[in-house]
Amino acid sequence: MIVSMDEADIKRRIADFLAEHDPSGDRLEFLRARFDAGLAWVHFPEGLGGLGVSRDLQQVVDREFAHTPQLDYGVQAIGLGMAAPTILAFGTEEQKKRFLRPLWTGEEIWCQLFSEPGAGSDLATLATRAVRDGDEWVVDGQKVWTSGAHHARWGILVARTDPDVPKHRGLTYFVCDMTAPGVEVRPLRQITGEAEFNEVFLTGVRLGDDLRLGAVGDGWRVAQTTLMNERVAIGGAPVRRGGGMMGILLDTWRDHPELRTHDLHQRLLALWVESEVTRLSAVRLREQLRAGQPGPEGSGMKLSFAKLNQALTGLEVELKRDLTYDDWTFRRSGTVDFLGRGPGYRYLRAKGNSIEGGTSEILRNIVAERVLGLPGEPRVDKDVPWKDLPR
Amino acid sequence: MTLLYSDVEEELRSAVRSLLADRCPPSAVLKRVESDQPYDLDLWKTLSREIGVAGLLVPEEYGGAGASAREAAVVLEELGRAVAPVPFFTSSVLATRALVSLRDPAARVGEVLRGLAAGDTIACLAVPFSTAPLNPSPARTTEVLGMRDGGPVVTASVAAVAGADIADLFLIPLDGALYLAESASAHVEAVPSLDMTRPIAAVVFDAAPVTPLGAVDLAEVLRFGAALLASEQLGVAEWCLEETLAYVKQRYQFARPIGSFQAIKHRLADLWLDVVRARAAARNAVAEDSPVAASTAQAWNAGVAVHAAEEAVQLHGGIGMTWEHPIHLYLKRAKADEIALGTPGDHRAALASLVGLPGPQ
Repeated sequence: MIVSMDEADIKRRIADFLAEHDPSGDRLEFLRARFDAGLAWVHFPEGLGGLGVSRDLQQVVDREFAHTPQLDYGVQAIGLGMAAPTILAFGTEEQKKRFLRPLWTGEEIWCQLFSEPGAGSDLATLATRAVRDGDEWVVDGQKVWTSGAHHARWGILVARTDPDVPKHRGLTYFVCDMTAPGVEVRPLRQITGEAEFNEVFLTGVRLGDDLRLGAVGDGWRVAQTTLMNERVAIGGAPVRRGGGMMGILLDTWRDHPELRTHDLHQRLLALWVESEVTRLSAVRLREQLRAGQPGPEGSGMKLSFAKLNQALTGLEVELKRDLTYDDWTFRRSGTVDFLGRGPGYRYLRAKGNSIEGGTSEILRNIVAERVLGLPGEPRVDKDVPWKDLPR
Repeated sequence: MTLLYSDVEEELRSAVRSLLADRCPPSAVLKRVESDQPYDLDLWKTLSREIGVAGLLVPEEYGGAGASAREAAVVLEELGRAVAPVPFFTSSVLATRALVSLRDPAARVGEVLRGLAAGDTIACLAVPFSTAPLNPSPARTTEVLGMRDGGPVVTASVAAVAGADIADLFLIPLDGALYLAESASAHVEAVPSLDMTRPIAAVVFDAAPVTPLGAVDLAEVLRFGAALLASEQLGVAEWCLEETLAYVKQRYQFARPIGSFQAIKHRLADLWLDVVRARAAARNAVAEDSPVAASTAQAWNAGVAVHAAEEAVQLHGGIGMTWEHPIHLYLKRAKADEIALGTPGDHRAALASLVGLPGPQ
């Protein structure tokens, strides 16, 4: 473990690396070499793409490698943001060695098999069964809202291994082989017209016990690691003043004086203020993290982000008096870009922001109970075996 | 530039907080507003002389601490949390800033600043408390500068001045210059005020002898005040949120703490998120020190303080409507602060020109 590495040391190491590896050569070879040199995610341990140093130094690394082949953050989002931290925290040494390198280089894409038609906000009530059969598990069930399942090599899967205990206790976390027989992926068309998500049907899918992540029955705890990282990923990115979704709206406002009304002006200014104070909170939160004083403020960022995005995109459609829509074609979308396409698409896509990665209602419960210390709702399902719960 | 609090700021905070906890609990404030002297001058002496808050913004050469707006902001957070009836904001922030920022200051200014820093004198900027920085409206006052017995005199009538009733000195901005008048030469008439912890008064100068102090940029002084007021509003909002959280955890109805109902939890989660953002806005207003940062903080924090106080009243149920519970002191302070130095709407209008978002032609 290299404990005392500073910015200069990292820069020197990167310079040495770049002297030996040509960034304009083969993209994959370059990324693999970068991983092997510990310059992928420097806070990860040595041998797993990192150097075991402070996470702060990653921004130095990203800057120094800015002109070299980049990862595809859209397609790799679930792998990088959710699967990787979970594998790092709960995987065996073999699993870390097997999965992390191709995950980071993008050779293997990951998807998330958590939600089910009958288990959304109440994820712990999920019904997909995994039954042990020797060294294997046989999985049957249905998952939903699975982004990227159609090009994923692996999925992070939570399944029920014991229906006779209360819901949180009977779950186990697996890595699902998406190429295994019995895995069927069907596109799920959204209100935007396209299919960003999928339904995944699992029928008699056999997974080796070496694909289990964490202990049998410990799946809920493992899943918490994934979910916390998901919310940070969705709510975390600060932008410059007047940037992001607000920037798109401001450009329209400035370019089209003929569209302005007093009513829209008042609402625009109020949203400008809310965007700015939300941005400042994100800046302050990042400062806190850097100073080693992580605050509870992070829990609220996704809530504000969802509300603002919806308000801004709604105002944009109204401002433009736009009765058109760019494209209703039913097709799969490669990556998700909240800022992309036309105003109608942005408006419709933003509706998902308060649902995906924990609904705003669930996030308010989390803030109220974990940050503000308010008592939980009475739980009728707490001590009841999962198989006896009403569904 | 940082949006966090420094160790020095945290030390200052805890000194002010523990003094206020000891000497200025809400019950004491409530008793005091019903008395003849709404201000707690003993508390003010201790705050200004022992902790040195009166001289925070006064340069060291005049006996002050030469501190920045950041430290003053932390004091305001604490005073807001306690709705403390002391003239810190009106004298040690607004009036002091007017003096410190004078161009070509007269010789007398140093002596005035020494008195303020020592906590011996209290000053008051003679403008309506509702004056917005972008357009300090002269229509609210009528001011005339004249001469009598070879010296300048001012005749003016200024409505709704905060901190006037305990001022020893008045600072009168007139045509870009600042004039000093002794309180003995002013007629100060206190009026029943919405905010009982910072009452307003009508101030009349009738050919009052004045001393010219130098050139003042009134808009800049008011903007500085507006930026700092955001920290007081943050303190008010924080107290309301914390008090309400404590109440809903111990108030039982339907055999449950009412704080376990989602109808209440979700409102408090949203309020918390508003307060988190108010803290970032208040810190940025004193870190960035720009008109955009000041107006952003006022446009947001003024509303958050009012909303927090209104939620506190509602979520306390019947007890929230009683005179006996101190919430109403916070509601009244929050509502008065919303109007002070420009309403949120005034500040949004200011932002429209500051960030280049013009309205319809």
